[in-house]
Amino acid sequence: MSAVPTELAAIAQPTPQELALSGCWTSRGIGEVEHQLASVRVPAKTELIADGSLVKALDTAGAWTLQKLLLRLRNEGVTVTMQGLQPQFSRLLEVVAKQVSDQAGTPAPAAIKPPSALERIGRSVASGFEQSVALLSFVGESAVALTGSVTHPARIRWRPILFNIRRTGFDALPIVGLLSFLLGIVVAYQGADQLVKYGANIFVADLVGLSMLREFAPLITAIILAGRSGSAFAAQIGTMTVTEEIDAMRTIGIAPMELLVLPKIIALVIVLPLLTVFADVLGVFGGMLMAQAQLGVTYADFLDRFVKAVSVTAYLVGIGKAPVFGLIIAVVGCFQGFRTKGGADSVGRQTTKSVVQSIFLVIVADALFSVAFSALDL
Amino acid sequence: MQSVLEKNAEQKNEAIIELSKVSTRFGSHVVHDEIDLDVRRAEIFALIGGSGSGKSTLLREMILLHRPDAGSIKVLGNDLGNLRDDEALALRQRWGVMFQHGGLFGSLTVKENIGLPLREHTGLSDTLIDEIAAWKLDMAGLPSEVGAQYPSELSGGMMKRASLARALALDPELLFLDEPTAGLDPVSADGVDQLVLTLRELFGLTIVMITHDLDLLWQVADRVAVLAKGKVQGVGSMSELSKIDNPDIRQFFDGPRGRTAQEQAKEQPQKTPAAEAQPGKPIARPSSKPK
Repeated sequence: MSAVPTELAAIAQPTPQELALSGCWTSRGIGEVEHQLASVRVPAKTELIADGSLVKALDTAGAWTLQKLLLRLRNEGVTVTMQGLQPQFSRLLEVVAKQVSDQAGTPAPAAIKPPSALERIGRSVASGFEQSVALLSFVGESAVALTGSVTHPARIRWRPILFNIRRTGFDALPIVGLLSFLLGIVVAYQGADQLVKYGANIFVADLVGLSMLREFAPLITAIILAGRSGSAFAAQIGTMTVTEEIDAMRTIGIAPMELLVLPKIIALVIVLPLLTVFADVLGVFGGMLMAQAQLGVTYADFLDRFVKAVSVTAYLVGIGKAPVFGLIIAVVGCFQGFRTKGGADSVGRQTTKSVVQSIFLVIVADALFSVAFSALDL
Repeated sequence: MQSVLEKNAEQKNEAIIELSKVSTRFGSHVVHDEIDLDVRRAEIFALIGGSGSGKSTLLREMILLHRPDAGSIKVLGNDLGNLRDDEALALRQRWGVMFQHGGLFGSLTVKENIGLPLREHTGLSDTLIDEIAAWKLDMAGLPSEVGAQYPSELSGGMMKRASLARALALDPELLFLDEPTAGLDPVSADGVDQLVLTLRELFGLTIVMITHDLDLLWQVADRVAVLAKGKVQGVGSMSELSKIDNPDIRQFFDGPRGRTAQEQAKEQPQKTPAAEAQPGKPIARPSSKPK
């Protein structure tokens, strides 16, 4: 046993009354022989002698396979005598015997049929519905907790709020700034080609200003935060659920809603508009650089036109959407975290769901805003 | 009937694990200070010591999860200090480890968890792997329905047993158990005692365990090493250790629990012969457990 034996197991039938076993009947050795065993045929009522004197090693997998063969032969009416096996091997074989016949006696559990297409659709609709209801009730719970905090301001936990503001807001400044700057460049660059054709170079300020302020800045900020902070919320709360930290918190008498959820929601609702302003500035700055480089619009001309083209309303429309996006991201992130059940696998799944769902809901909300604003002529 | 034990009697003193001058430090904190230790073939060896005495670290060093800062560890004739990747892989297939909290993969069912080493390292058919996994499950004393469940659906004790079943999947020569009975009900803990003895009897397994279970130490362990203050304070059977006058060792005997276990061990003939677990009988299933 000191070295891993490598000689493969083998079985031969020199005469109809004899079976010769040899080699290493171990999990590594029986891979080949396993498939041959089914073809071992012995006529009924034969007195078969199985010779195991050449078996060099036998482990549980080998004993199992061998015992299964013997059981099958016996069931077919063959009298099998095992001989020549080393004593410790035959002992192992005996231990296995009972197990093999037990397992053979109990019918294998019926294979679960894969669900039909209709069943799958039904299940996913049901789970989608269940999840929407759960999300709504989570929103309700958060609202109740928020009302509780507002009526008893002493219960508001400022420290986690400030901590979350730093984590989700201040720490996100570089990435939000860089991406909106690049977005501004892209918008101006794409527009430049078209504008040059009509000699309408100066309108690049309208293009960059309106699109960045109204749509792109709040959207790109929300998407970055959904990926950056929403996922972190889900993973944090999910891991805490798995390690029973949430249960511990409840038993100590701290409401997880107050300590974990509300600070995150409040922080994101504050942070997202601020980050949007930052994104506005850098996006327009990027567009302005591009306007100068591609269209020859000077900074002074650009800013002059910008003031005329972009109303305060456009600016406020963009900023106004941001808190709603923040709310969506925080609520979905925390919600998915709390739905974690089981282990590491589930944490990953819920985190993914939180990002996908919050981005989806942010874009849906943005579409609804567009419809509403156009109905209101804003 | 000649048992593996007797066959191995002549090699009994062969050391399977040899630690020489093993030192480990975490920063300035010295966990092990030149530890020397031998584990012999087919013995049940227990490591004990207070919290933070470095038992788990020592175990992790034996199973290639942690590298000692100095000294050498030899397992099954391989020096762990300079092992090629393929040698390490071959060595890893010759031991089984049962982790304290199971270490089961959450994305696989219990049966898939147990079959994983077989699927990974052998060319056996899926049916055979499933059958063997079901048997190992039974060996560890779990009902067959558990096989289809996910680890998150199991109780702590069941997870341990499933983890033990996985450790046994490849018929290891060496079995490491980290707190095998912690968190188990007394009936299941007795089952583990029996199982450990039966495994050694049947397969000639060498078992290294970390445990605080005094019954397990008195009834099952052949030799026990006491770790404290970075040193091995004493090695020997529990009755030998009980005669040593060293405060670090005395604490395991002088407490109320220590005394009770000691008295119990004296009343019963030490070490129920494992051969009594009759061949063919489900091994180590607690009798009260519904089938």
